[in-house]
Amino acid sequence: MSKSFTRFSGTMAPLPIQNVDTDQIIPASYLKVTDRSGLASGLFCRWRYRDGDPEGEPIADFVLNRAEHADARILLAGDNFGCGSSREHAPWALVGYGFRAVISTSFADIFRSNSLKNGLLVVPVTEEVSASLFDAVAADPAAEVTIDLEAQTLSLPAGGETNFEVDPFARRCLLDGTDQLGYLLNQASSIQAFEAAHPARLDTRSG
Amino acid sequence: MSRPRTLFEKIWRRHLVATEAEGLPATLYVDLHLVHEVTSPQAFTELAERGLPVRRPDLTLATMDHSTPTDPSIDTAKLRVLDPEGSAQLDRLLANCERHGIPLYAMGDERRGIVHVIGPELGATQPGMTVVCGDSHTSTHGAVGALAFGIGTSEVGHVLATQCLLQHRPKTYEVRIDGRLQEGVVAKDIILAVIARLGIGGGTGHVFEYTGEAIRALDMEGRMTVCNMSIEGGARAGLIAPDDVTFAYLEGRPMAPAGDAWEGAVDDWRSLPTDDGAAYDRTTTLDGSALEPMVTYGTNPGMAIPIAGAVPEDDAIEPEKRASFRKALDYMALEPGQQLQGKPIDVVFVGSCTNSRYSDLVAAANVLRGRKVADGLRVLIVPGSDAVKRQAERDGLAQVFVDAGAEWREAGCSMCLAMNGDQLAPGQYAVSTSNRNFEGRQGAGGRTFLASPLTAAASAITGRVTDVREVLS
Ligand code: SF4
Repeated sequence: MSKSFTRFSGTMAPLPIQNVDTDQIIPASYLKVTDRSGLASGLFCRWRYRDGDPEGEPIADFVLNRAEHADARILLAGDNFGCGSSREHAPWALVGYGFRAVISTSFADIFRSNSLKNGLLVVPVTEEVSASLFDAVAADPAAEVTIDLEAQTLSLPAGGETNFEVDPFARRCLLDGTDQLGYLLNQASSIQAFEAAHPARLDTRSG
Repeated sequence: MSRPRTLFEKIWRRHLVATEAEGLPATLYVDLHLVHEVTSPQAFTELAERGLPVRRPDLTLATMDHSTPTDPSIDTAKLRVLDPEGSAQLDRLLANCERHGIPLYAMGDERRGIVHVIGPELGATQPGMTVVCGDSHTSTHGAVGALAFGIGTSEVGHVLATQCLLQHRPKTYEVRIDGRLQEGVVAKDIILAVIARLGIGGGTGHVFEYTGEAIRALDMEGRMTVCNMSIEGGARAGLIAPDDVTFAYLEGRPMAPAGDAWEGAVDDWRSLPTDDGAAYDRTTTLDGSALEPMVTYGTNPGMAIPIAGAVPEDDAIEPEKRASFRKALDYMALEPGQQLQGKPIDVVFVGSCTNSRYSDLVAAANVLRGRKVADGLRVLIVPGSDAVKRQAERDGLAQVFVDAGAEWREAGCSMCLAMNGDQLAPGQYAVSTSNRNFEGRQGAGGRTFLASPLTAAASAITGRVTDVREVLS
């Protein structure tokens, strides 16, 4: 599913809340889909719309409803973003809305893994950088950052840049479009050898 | 003699199809893949689009739990009308499992239940295994000494097609609970106290191994409760070393090894516990004898306090976390410094993969026996599996609940997450034995106090947040 991703610049939507869980990103009522589409309207819907209803009245001061952040394609979030449920619907919804990256001091493990598989780059930064970005966007909503995945750098609105960590394999997949399932399928002979050496103790069909 | 290793390391090493190399993840073999209706359809679609078969249907097991109704009067036909989307998702799972020869426990099947309840119950999850599911509470299965963790839907596709996952090796974190628990303090209180201590991101990047006297003293179902909420501490997995309690639990279960294979398996499993002198990346210790019944006050499971305590004051919260703290209290309509005990509630929910097993129901029934639920309070008792339900009906527990005025429901996830008809109304307060008190988790605008089955049952009698020790004394 990964689309190639090298470098892009953009403005940020600030969400200065810690521990945003995936139930807030996309509530369970949206999990009845059998494909990946149609989730963008559910993104943050409980914070975004009165009564959580996308057909209803938008909550004016929620960041995604503010005109100055309408074009933001980078989410600037608080610590431990994406905790809770493993639902991959969370990155599907963020990508469906148009986000290409999330910047935070930390991410929950499963969310991080799910995001990178869907072309949504997670950019971990230090507390100082995070604070400076929130300040920058508060001072000027049009403040831009540039994310360079190849160089693993984030250039800051005030000038200067910072490096960020990304799983090298996920980075490679994003850069050259390597397909993770294809990579695993290529290991068929090793998998077969492993199975031959480790007979299963279980047969789920025996229950 | 090889160097001392942790339980985690031993399981990890046994499952390496390819080791981690410069810039490349390890390829880890999966012994058991559990599947449910919500996180699998897109993965099956991916296989269909690529024309791939399921590699090991014999190591895959599917159930329906999240979107199934727990109202006994709703059957498959009625559900089509009431919830066409949820119903379509169930139909999709049925079709996918049929096509690929995956055993599926569909609605009406006596083996059906919440995925994390039936795995151990059937003896499918065994010590030393790797177990995955597109569900974060897969950590539950770590209670038998399996490395069990939740995965995303893309990874569900990877496992269906290859029985393997690409993984980086996590770090290890020993969570040691010494001492003996006091009366009225149970497994749920241990894990809520652990999360309150470590914070909900405290275990990120790590696998917990729970050790210590208080853990060893738990029965298997208590151990499942503890491991279940590892993810609420940020750890993808939680492990407890297998011991005689584990083996006694597994012996004779339908999918457990039998006969000579059983003896061989137990011999092997005895080699799994962490060796003396093995090092963890981190360790923390709690004094189990000092723990009290715990209850959450906020909108994540780390926001928990002893039941006799009070919501923290602002100045007890780090300045940069105060805005989130205030947001949580606003949502809960609580004040800093407020006591939770005595707070009126609208609903009590006993259920979920954390606390819906037989022993959880016994605990609740012991409190409710011969008593009545408070006037106007809605109390749902939802067994975790059809097998638990039948046993509770045979043994008279169900009657205790019905006599007390509680609703006795069909097995399923129910009010743990609001997608099957069971949910809180906006503004309602619930004492819930589930695992997440996130905003709207149990219904838009609903407010959740997480607690043990004992606390839930005590609160059901009074209609208020109640310390079970007061009801029992
Ligand atoms: S009971 Fe709740 S937490 Fe457990 S699997 Fe079901 S929805 Fe998930």
